[in-house]
Amino acid sequence: MRRTKMNNSYPTALDHDGNSIWKFLVSELKPKGKILTPFNIISIPVMVLGLVLIIIRFWKGIGSITNLSQEIPWGLWIGFDVVTGVAFAGGAYVLTFMVYILNMRKYHSIVRVTVLNGFLAYVFYAGALLLDLGRPWHVINPIIGNGFGTSSVLFLVAWHFLLYMIAELIEFSPAVAEWLGARKAHKILSGMTIAAVIFGITLSTLHQSGLGALYLMAKDKIHPLWYSEFIPVMFFVSSIFAGLSMVIFEGSITHKVFSRQISEKNHHAQQVIIHGLSKICAGAMFAYFFLQMLVFIHGQHWNLLNTPMGYWYLLEMLGFVLLPMILFLVSYRTKNITMIKVAAIITMLGVILNRLNVTVIGFRWDMAIRYVPSWMEFAVTLAVIFTEIWIFRWVINRMPVLRDSPSWANNNK
Amino acid sequence: MGLNRRGFFKLLGITGMTLAIGKETIASSGSKRGVEFYGVLYDAARCKGCRGCEFDCAEAHGLKEPLPTKNIKSIRTTDETCNTVVNTCKTSKGDVHVKRQCMHCNEPACVAACLTQAMHKTTMGPVTWDGDKCMGCRYCMVSCPFDIPKFEFHSANPKIQKCDMCFERLKTGESPACAFNCPYEALLYGKRKNLIREAHRRIYEKPELYVDQIYGEHDAGGTGWLYLSPVPIEELGLNTTLQQSSYPALTKGFLYSVPTIFVLLPAFLTGIFQALKSTHPYEEDEDE
Repeated sequence: MRRTKMNNSYPTALDHDGNSIWKFLVSELKPKGKILTPFNIISIPVMVLGLVLIIIRFWKGIGSITNLSQEIPWGLWIGFDVVTGVAFAGGAYVLTFMVYILNMRKYHSIVRVTVLNGFLAYVFYAGALLLDLGRPWHVINPIIGNGFGTSSVLFLVAWHFLLYMIAELIEFSPAVAEWLGARKAHKILSGMTIAAVIFGITLSTLHQSGLGALYLMAKDKIHPLWYSEFIPVMFFVSSIFAGLSMVIFEGSITHKVFSRQISEKNHHAQQVIIHGLSKICAGAMFAYFFLQMLVFIHGQHWNLLNTPMGYWYLLEMLGFVLLPMILFLVSYRTKNITMIKVAAIITMLGVILNRLNVTVIGFRWDMAIRYVPSWMEFAVTLAVIFTEIWIFRWVINRMPVLRDSPSWANNNK
Repeated sequence: MGLNRRGFFKLLGITGMTLAIGKETIASSGSKRGVEFYGVLYDAARCKGCRGCEFDCAEAHGLKEPLPTKNIKSIRTTDETCNTVVNTCKTSKGDVHVKRQCMHCNEPACVAACLTQAMHKTTMGPVTWDGDKCMGCRYCMVSCPFDIPKFEFHSANPKIQKCDMCFERLKTGESPACAFNCPYEALLYGKRKNLIREAHRRIYEKPELYVDQIYGEHDAGGTGWLYLSPVPIEELGLNTTLQQSSYPALTKGFLYSVPTIFVLLPAFLTGIFQALKSTHPYEEDEDE
């Protein structure tokens, strides 16, 4: 009974007989719920500030609000927004692989929200790339063929971002169809899911590693403890546990914030899911740690360990890979869900640390004048993240993402 | 559970797409074997540091006039307002001057990095930049081992600035402005092969004047600009730790693996999916 009531409080287009679809869409654009929540009070000023900064950036150039220089052409916006953001979005391809390909049904209830998260992450964090492009009006060039730079890793990454966004949109589209009450479209779009999943996993494998491969040519610029020809493999493997840690982290937040939308059954399932994911994280992290050790030993960089950068490297490897790996393993054994969440947060910090070490901190580590992002770069980054959360909330409150699908959608198959 | 018609077309579609996209991502190295590039031989033993080339370069490219020598206190690099600088280095043989500009690599990292082919290695040798293609991503700057491409960070319509070896002049049969105007013949424009021969001749004839090394002959896979020096190259502030093979070679392995993964992974995934499908909740979805 409770569930029926819940579903009624979130209307779909069908309730309007499907005739007034535009009226419905307009009514859906209006905010639901309280305006003056703590989150809104914090996020709105940041987003306004971000918008002002973005206007200044397009008016006066990238240098007007960033600390980038001729020697450090890529900073926080690439190293964090794009490279780290995409790693965290890796949960979508890992989970669709587990659920749709490996048929691990117990994770099914979180696929939709994870795909939505992944899709929005790509739209916003890859979208943030536009802010960093000096000549963003030419962003379409590698797509339309005003120069197919096929020897460029970035060409591959650009195409993959585009194609992967489409694949994720297809994976998510049944939820949109359910929201709009479009039964025919729902049937067609659901039928495309498996193809989109297979295509999406392939794309993810290549561009998660591709983001690392971008830095292969910067051989002399990246600290040797972080540079090896295996950066692409490292980026790929770490995207598995980066994505899953994000799923654990994001899941525990959404289950609190959107608690009313989630059925009793799925609330219980969440515990089982987090428990299961901790084992996978531990496994992926073990593989990653092992690879890192192999690369380190082959690199013969023992002498570099006893330097400030060496201590920094050890902190990353021991404190943010080995430690959370053990935490995942122990808390999997003891079924300690809280500890798993702590491990997920440490893992995420570790992934941020690793991506920034390759792209920002270890990049030109030997320069006399170091790059430190300006407060404005942080503000724009924060504004992008907040905007994404706004859109995420908007979708969650309208489409059946956390809620169960309407009954016709299940019969439709 | 055989392959039905729909499944077959789906597979065919995926494979087709794969081949189409996979083919595009195959690396092309940017090296053009058989083509003889032009280049410039710079002889640091002849250069008197008059900086005339800096002024000629600025004039030829419409850039702002360089600072007068008395205002220069430190070692400079090229930037978005000047494509070449001549520095004076304190060395074991006293003051030696060294000119810096784009090296015009045989296999340039910036060209391999560029996703729109805005950076282009011309068949004559110069590496040029095309503003109609460039999206300002600055990946060329990340990749260039010589830190040559410079970006106008304070412009709403920023350009990448770097030496283009006066490509417009070369096309009309002239030599680069700096080489054409150098009063001490420290700069010699010609076919790279001949320049290397000439450099070896100078070293052979005056071994006491030069160190026995041509910077750029093999560095970074070979560069269009070649340096002769009276002192060990590192004393001139040039980077001597660069690898001897080309920089685009570093990403070749990754790029070559792309078509393979693009073909094999979907097939592999489809296989697993089919194998585990009998107990699959979406079975009806596929076989209706």
